[in-house]
Amino acid sequence: MPDQKAHLHTCPGGLVLPGNKSVSTALPIVGPVIPARLTLPLQQHIGGPSNLLVSPGESVKKGQPLSIASEYISAPVHAPTSGTVVDIGNYPVPHPSGMQAQCVILETDGRDERFQPHHGTEHYSQLEPYNLRGRIREAGIVGLGGAGFPTPVKLNPGPGREIDLLIINGIECEPYITCDDMLMREAADEIIGGLQIIRHALQVRECIIALEDNKPEAITAIENAIETSDNQHIRVSAIPAVYPSGGERQLIRILTGLEVPTQGLPSDIGIICHNVATIAAVYRAIVEHEPLISRIVTITGAGVVQPRNIRALIGTPISELVEQCDGYTEGVERLIMGGPMMGFALPSDHLPVIKTTNCLIAATRDEMPPPRPAIACIRCGECARACPASLLPQQLYWHAKNSDFDKAQDYKLFDCIECGCCAYVCPSHIPLVQYYRYAKTEIWALEQEREKSERARRRHDFRLKRLEQIKQERAQRLQHKKDALKKTVRKDEDPRKAAIQAALERVHAKKISSGDVAKNVDNLTNEQSKMIDEVDRRRSKKQDSPRETRH
Amino acid sequence: MLVAMLAIGSLAALFGLILGYAAIRFRVDSDPVADKIDTILPQTQCGQCGFAGCRPYAEAIAAGEADINQCPPGGDTTIQSLADLLGRDPKPLNDEHGVHREKMIAIIDEQTCIGCTLCIQSCTVDAILGAAKPMHTVIESEWTGCELCLPPCPVDCIRMEPLKTNISSWKWPLPEPRGSSATGLPTQQV
Repeated sequence: MPDQKAHLHTCPGGLVLPGNKSVSTALPIVGPVIPARLTLPLQQHIGGPSNLLVSPGESVKKGQPLSIASEYISAPVHAPTSGTVVDIGNYPVPHPSGMQAQCVILETDGRDERFQPHHGTEHYSQLEPYNLRGRIREAGIVGLGGAGFPTPVKLNPGPGREIDLLIINGIECEPYITCDDMLMREAADEIIGGLQIIRHALQVRECIIALEDNKPEAITAIENAIETSDNQHIRVSAIPAVYPSGGERQLIRILTGLEVPTQGLPSDIGIICHNVATIAAVYRAIVEHEPLISRIVTITGAGVVQPRNIRALIGTPISELVEQCDGYTEGVERLIMGGPMMGFALPSDHLPVIKTTNCLIAATRDEMPPPRPAIACIRCGECARACPASLLPQQLYWHAKNSDFDKAQDYKLFDCIECGCCAYVCPSHIPLVQYYRYAKTEIWALEQEREKSERARRRHDFRLKRLEQIKQERAQRLQHKKDALKKTVRKDEDPRKAAIQAALERVHAKKISSGDVAKNVDNLTNEQSKMIDEVDRRRSKKQDSPRETRH
Repeated sequence: MLVAMLAIGSLAALFGLILGYAAIRFRVDSDPVADKIDTILPQTQCGQCGFAGCRPYAEAIAAGEADINQCPPGGDTTIQSLADLLGRDPKPLNDEHGVHREKMIAIIDEQTCIGCTLCIQSCTVDAILGAAKPMHTVIESEWTGCELCLPPCPVDCIRMEPLKTNISSWKWPLPEPRGSSATGLPTQQV
């Protein structure tokens, strides 16, 4: 049985939103269809870029890495099926900016050949945690809940940090999204398998699978899977469906009553949180030796004929997924990636599915009317009541609007999870979250600028030092020459002879310093030293005589 | 009376010694205000402020010899930060020194470059790489946008280009104060 609500804590703020979920859960998940062309952006995760491994014209196989992680926080991209790389270049990608990014274009051949023989193992418990992390890293797994943070990084809490609770996040609190719900219903075994792998990798005993109490099918499926796997340490916790209880910090608060420190990580308080789809991907990577090449996407909204969940290959054009849902209805107006609260509008459906595409909403005008014009803030305070992070959205808004970023940071701008509750309840229709996003990106840019100017300062200082050093050295050399000249003049001897003598001395010093001196002159017999002396005498006579004649 | 005078006198002497020692022992080498100002300045070392670089300008501000609105590359952000630091009122940029512009990156046209090394000598942060005769190039990660390399170039092969924003340097725009915005999602009923 799921835990009783009495065990749960409460989180401030939040909203109860109309779910609109049942429309997309009527049909089972359909398997991937291989499209003719895949567009694979190289940056589908948070962190450093991944470096290309292939070149145009190369044929690749299913699961072959197309790129390699460049840094610790980075992830590679794999070929979802076999085919030929036809181009590498900038193509539009799903991103709020609507900009282009570097992509690998793969023309599929339909044969779907594997890159390597099956290396999967069910005996993951015999592998060391670092080994598991390495395999997960090679599989390019990132958080599939929406943020795309590389999973292996979260599996390595660092030395001295004990993790005592693993939370598996099966909460999809945003309306419309059902991909995790359907995954739990249909592939609960994969989730339990993945959970055991992660538990082994983190060496953690206690584990909670959290999901909302309005997902009875998923709860039953998960409980059955736990029973068959004979794993009694896993608790299932059903929590009330309040938005945004699926946020990492909010979920931890609800389940444990603990608060993640500001600017800290859950691992600071001994907790690690993973999304259900992520751990199912871990299971596939370790046991079935399949890197992250596909994911479940919810295609929903009144704008498609048959909303459903589809397992799609990464890189599949969105238009093809809509085809699988029998196309658009009349009156479809906009396409949104992610949920209605935190997602963003896409400019077209010719964009690819990426690792973080959990949901695509084709909305009609009635469903999502265009935003109403914002009017002045009346300081009603509704936003502060709705904020799940206990912030003061109104104050943040003023400071962000006036670009007073220091003040915005004083009001803990970076604790904002951009859930959109404040904007949802705002009676003046102010797009509050956009102001926060504006302020955040500006602050990041300023910080980068500051780092850059600091580096410039160091380089400039170094240059000045170097120039000063060169100047001094030059002055010293000049002084030496002058001194040498004076010395020769003062002495009552032939200056030319002195110059030659000095040159000889220099050569001798150079010889000694370069180690270019005869080494067999130690321990000579008397005869030998006599011979050497004679030779030297002859030589000096020879050297002297031409000079004499010149006089 | 004498005892009191002696006592006070010896105390004064003692404290004087302690203070004198402390002034030597805990001496601060550089002017901390100038240091703080220096960290705010953009470090382009462009000299548009009329000083030989950011550090001299910072020292001049600290000494009260220069105003805080003489740095065109820093623009209003720098002026605001300086005003906050020094407790003064921010004022608009003095346009005698130039106008604030978007940062531009210097690109050397490698076909035209004759390898004269004049730009290398003018670069204040050693961001140009090259040697006599071989062509030069700008190290993109180290450049500051000071434009000091433009005047010395005898063949005018250096041009300034605006920085391209890519997906990772893209910033969310400030929403339009009134009216709907293009990227906004509905915040009404769902």
